Amino acid sequence: MQIKNAEGVHMRPAMQFVDVSNRFKSKITVSNDKTIVDGKSIMQVSMLAAGYGTKLKVKAEGPDAKEAIDALRELVEVKMFGEPPPKGITG
Amino acid sequence: MNFADFVCFEAIIPELSSRDRDGVITELVTALDKAGKIGKGNCQKIARSVIRRENEASTGMGKGVAVPHVKHEAVKDVVAAIGQSSSGIDFRSLDKQPVFSVVLLLSPKDNPDRHLEAMEKVFRHLQQEKFRKFLRQARTVEQVKDLLIEADEKPFL
Repeated sequence: MQIKNAEGVHMRPAMQFVDVSNRFKSKITVSNDKTIVDGKSIMQVSMLAAGYGTKLKVKAEGPDAKEAIDALRELVEVKMFGEPPPKGITG
Repeated sequence: MNFADFVCFEAIIPELSSRDRDGVITELVTALDKAGKIGKGNCQKIARSVIRRENEASTGMGKGVAVPHVKHEAVKDVVAAIGQSSSGIDFRSLDKQPVFSVVLLLSPKDNPDRHLEAMEKVFRHLQQEKFRKFLRQARTVEQVKDLLIEADEKPFL
């Protein structure tokens, strides 16, 4: 998934991400090139330092894995955490 | 990014005199002001905007730590102050427990990536139990400073 909001995954988006993750039973991990973290821990997701344009690999394992990925993709790429893209770029 | 790159060592308060959340935030912003980090005449404005941000959603992430922060146009580069409270402060934390270590982070408005890098550093360490314990036990500016420098040298502390 690619980060599309200008400010990236700062604390408020990280909280939204963790809220969505925690609705699912599946184990969810998120990684960038350097780090792999627990998608249900606010401290760990805040640690990804995922700025605009960063590509994150999100993996879900469990009974509702597909639903979890769909919901997270919606939050990250469609709703863009309810935040605007960088100036001059639309969606 | 290393702690030494953004933590203002002159704004480390080993025992906060404030007992409430807003008082602690103001005390830490004032420490950065005295250290000359936020320009003249901005102290009250910045403290108020940190409190406003905190009212939107608590940065008390649980486990006795809070990271109040804001992006503000008066801030030129990322800078942090650290305060400790042995009695604990009510930060309306996610786990409803008191906060003993506070890392206040101020970032410029126009450089979101720099803010994220500082956050990464702070959380990389705060999520480790050993680091939280050492931080909470540090009783002097020197002890906090030594811990931060050691953490810069050993990323897994």
